[in-house]
Amino acid sequence: MISGSAAIVGVGETEFSKDSGRSELHLAAEAVRAALTDAGLAPTDVDGLVTFTMDSTAEVALAREIGAGELRFFSQVGYGGGAACATVQQAALAISAGVARVVVCYRALNERSGRRFGRVSRDVSSAPTSSGVDNGWHYPMGLGTPAATVAMVARRYQHVFGATGEDFGRVAVAARRHAATNPRAWFFDRPITLADHQASRWIAEPLRLLDCCQESDGAVAVVVAGVERAADLRQTPAVITAAAQGSGADQYVMTSYYRDNLTGLPELGVVGRQLWQQSGLVPDDVRVAVLYDHFTPYVLMQLEELGFCPPGEARHFIADGAIELGGRLPVNPHGGQLGEAYIHGMNGIVEAVRQVRGSSVNQVAGAGPVLVTAGTGVPTSGLLLASSGRGWVGR
Amino acid sequence: MEGTIRAAAERIRAAGAGPARPGRDPVNLPMIRNWLEAIGDRNPRYEQDGVAPPAMTQVWTMRGLHPVVEPADPLSAMSAVLDQAGFTSVVATNCEQTYHRYLRDGERVEVRSRLVDVRGPKRTALGEGWFVTTDSTWYVGAEAVASMTFRVLKFRPPGSTATAPASERAPAAASERVPAVVSERASGVAFERAAAAVASDALRPVVTRDTAFFWAGTAAGELRIQRCGGCGELRHPPGPVCRQCGADRQDHLVARGTGEIFSFVVHRHPPVPGRRLPIVVALVELTEGVRMVGEVLGADPRQVRIGATVQVDFVRVDTELTLPAWRLLP
Repeated sequence: MISGSAAIVGVGETEFSKDSGRSELHLAAEAVRAALTDAGLAPTDVDGLVTFTMDSTAEVALAREIGAGELRFFSQVGYGGGAACATVQQAALAISAGVARVVVCYRALNERSGRRFGRVSRDVSSAPTSSGVDNGWHYPMGLGTPAATVAMVARRYQHVFGATGEDFGRVAVAARRHAATNPRAWFFDRPITLADHQASRWIAEPLRLLDCCQESDGAVAVVVAGVERAADLRQTPAVITAAAQGSGADQYVMTSYYRDNLTGLPELGVVGRQLWQQSGLVPDDVRVAVLYDHFTPYVLMQLEELGFCPPGEARHFIADGAIELGGRLPVNPHGGQLGEAYIHGMNGIVEAVRQVRGSSVNQVAGAGPVLVTAGTGVPTSGLLLASSGRGWVGR
Repeated sequence: MEGTIRAAAERIRAAGAGPARPGRDPVNLPMIRNWLEAIGDRNPRYEQDGVAPPAMTQVWTMRGLHPVVEPADPLSAMSAVLDQAGFTSVVATNCEQTYHRYLRDGERVEVRSRLVDVRGPKRTALGEGWFVTTDSTWYVGAEAVASMTFRVLKFRPPGSTATAPASERAPAAASERVPAVVSERASGVAFERAAAAVASDALRPVVTRDTAFFWAGTAAGELRIQRCGGCGELRHPPGPVCRQCGADRQDHLVARGTGEIFSFVVHRHPPVPGRRLPIVVALVELTEGVRMVGEVLGADPRQVRIGATVQVDFVRVDTELTLPAWRLLP
């Protein structure tokens, strides 16, 4: 039973920028050291490391850099940003199985000054792997950016449910409103209006520039330990109430175009059902949701897939500001990847931990659990975090 | 009928090269200037040196807008035989030219052609047809200055107008090699235009044993859908093992080449290798039921709608890659 066995006990971040001026390894080491300091642990306490297959820093390189000793658990999770919450799940599984005691999950990337994911990648399309073959069904045809692959789904979603570009825009407006009061956010003090969104240039119709998350340099690390160990540490633990991965039927990476419908995120449905089942919670219990926001339409679809509203109803759900601070379900109080930074979803986990600790700059009152999701349109993952003894034990 | 076609093909092939056909005018600067302007080639050396762009070779022996059928020309003769048999439509599938030297202002050029090969009958996305291959050589006096291998598909058009092949809706631009074509408003233009649509730095698919049949199909002008050798299930994208029955014997059928737009994207940023933006890329639901991604060629993005009917077209990028693409049906 994964629920309640482990907790996030430390978080660390570098600054979020457009040009970090240092290597990804350097960024990773910095974030991990910061997370260990936050937890009150030493590098030699670390016996497990988990990252993304897309990360350029191998576990052993990071272990050398921070001065960790022997490692007993190391793992990498695939599918781009879909890995974010799954790194924490890996850590919790390793801890609950007794193979590791302190596991650090990390992600470091110079995504703006280095390799930019928004560009068309020849490497990705020519890899001699099953994924490379999959990419051969759309890259050569001119569909080769994340925005364009999402736009294909967004267009169908609009067609079937009557959602508009303005409905997408409200997600961006909420994110930028939240980022505007978060000094760590790239878009600190720079809110936008719906008119700004509507005036922004087309990227891949029906997506505009302000439907797309930013590109960032930076690193994030979180430290996971067993709940007994957590109780003795410096910070209020963010207990891992539920942690799940999900892949749907007929799954592709960004291009699951061959299913009956093109209006949902079934892989996230797999995650959501597990989160509710593991925790015994229901959507109404959630105090704050940190939803992966690389592109605005997928935030609407996540609300539906997770059960916050019925399919096709998200545009009505958010119309009255429900996802903004003070609304029924504040989403991404840190500003998300649209407003704070694009650290492949890992900065969202940090925000969720801060919400559990009560230390966010945009703190949402209450004691209920915090939901976090990872990259959508790909095999993905999710977490429910809560403070010890509250949110999950109560039911 | 097949016997008749094969016998005629053998007779025409055995007769060798047809009569030399001289160009209407000598190589001349006015035509060179017109061509450079139309193509958008600003290289000054052609006019400075008084030489013609090599790619103009075919221009010098074109027969104009109202060509007279020449029965002695091997391709005309073979086309007449296939027309008789009902294979009245034509689309150029490939064309390879070799230039031995530049042509100079004032030179008089003539061309001779011979039939190389006639293969068929083949089932293609456009209909049943025969691939006809000819070789042509351009001469200045006795000197060979350029040569070309040219292949057309002569096919029987589908009955209904709704499935008219894309090539028949193309504006009439002459394939000089095929007089009958011009009168039918179908021509090698499909290939020539398509070659310009996607440049050779386009991204290429990873081709494996599981997917080679699809790409061989596009190269041959066929849109192929994997069909399970066990249960007949159609599947795209293809894979080695049937999800329904577990059989690992995969076959394919040739799609009709028609479908409806299920969704689409107008891609404007960032740059896409091989493409000039914006482009429209659609997810098309084929008449046979599977879905496929492809560029919608020649469409004003504002005209594209979910539910619009489309017809397949093929974009030959180079000898190694032919992409499936789509055109809106009226």
